[in-house]
Amino acid sequence: MSDGIKKFMFVNTKAPYGTVYALESLEVVLISAAFDQSVSLVFCDDGVFQIANNQKTDDSGMKNFSPAYKALGDYDINKLYVEKESLEERGLTLDNLMALTYEDEDDDWAEKPSIILVTRAELADLMDEQDVVISS
Amino acid sequence: MATISVEGKEIEVDEEGYLVNLDEWFPAIATEMAKIDEVEMGDDHWDIINFLREYYEEYQIAPAVRVLTKAVAKKLGKEKGNSKYLYELFPYGPGKQACKFAGLPKPTGCV
Repeated sequence: MSDGIKKFMFVNTKAPYGTVYALESLEVVLISAAFDQSVSLVFCDDGVFQIANNQKTDDSGMKNFSPAYKALGDYDINKLYVEKESLEERGLTLDNLMALTYEDEDDDWAEKPSIILVTRAELADLMDEQDVVISS
Repeated sequence: MATISVEGKEIEVDEEGYLVNLDEWFPAIATEMAKIDEVEMGDDHWDIINFLREYYEEYQIAPAVRVLTKAVAKKLGKEKGNSKYLYELFPYGPGKQACKFAGLPKPTGCV
């Protein structure tokens, strides 16, 4: 692209705790936002649990870092694709996820939802449009 | 491990001067860190430090400087939410230095 902006998609497929993948991916996402690229996130498979609401980690000894996803809007990351089939396979609905939002600069800072529910087929098409897809 | 001495307590800091145990923070630590960096703390500095601590409490991350600037503008007004003002308060960078004084980790996305 002539303006140098590339489309990055970070695909999250793993549960938030037990491994470091989710936290490390989130840190890479926040760092990537500093470079003014077009960044979107995908939550599929067990990755949907990363943005589940009411996470409690006291017994696991790991820090509950889920509040950090609420800061994504501040970082101008406002396309969070959630795969419909992954939610359904786990008996979840959008109501089980955090209400992640962003403020639209072009619409008088109106608060809008960042989460976009997509089917597996739609997600495949979205991935085709990307310059870079990073999966963890 | 390096330490700094504040009110008779030895506080552990890492090689860049950030607190090792974030729970150990109390206001005099910020004052002592500022003295080491030759920054004289005033109300304007405390506004930013308190703001950062609230931000960390809510989001569990230290904001990148761009995000901090935007958020300060929204909360404390445009005349404070700009990098010139913030760099005057914290010459080593509002992200890095103010987060250090506030007992937060080094900002994520600070490169």
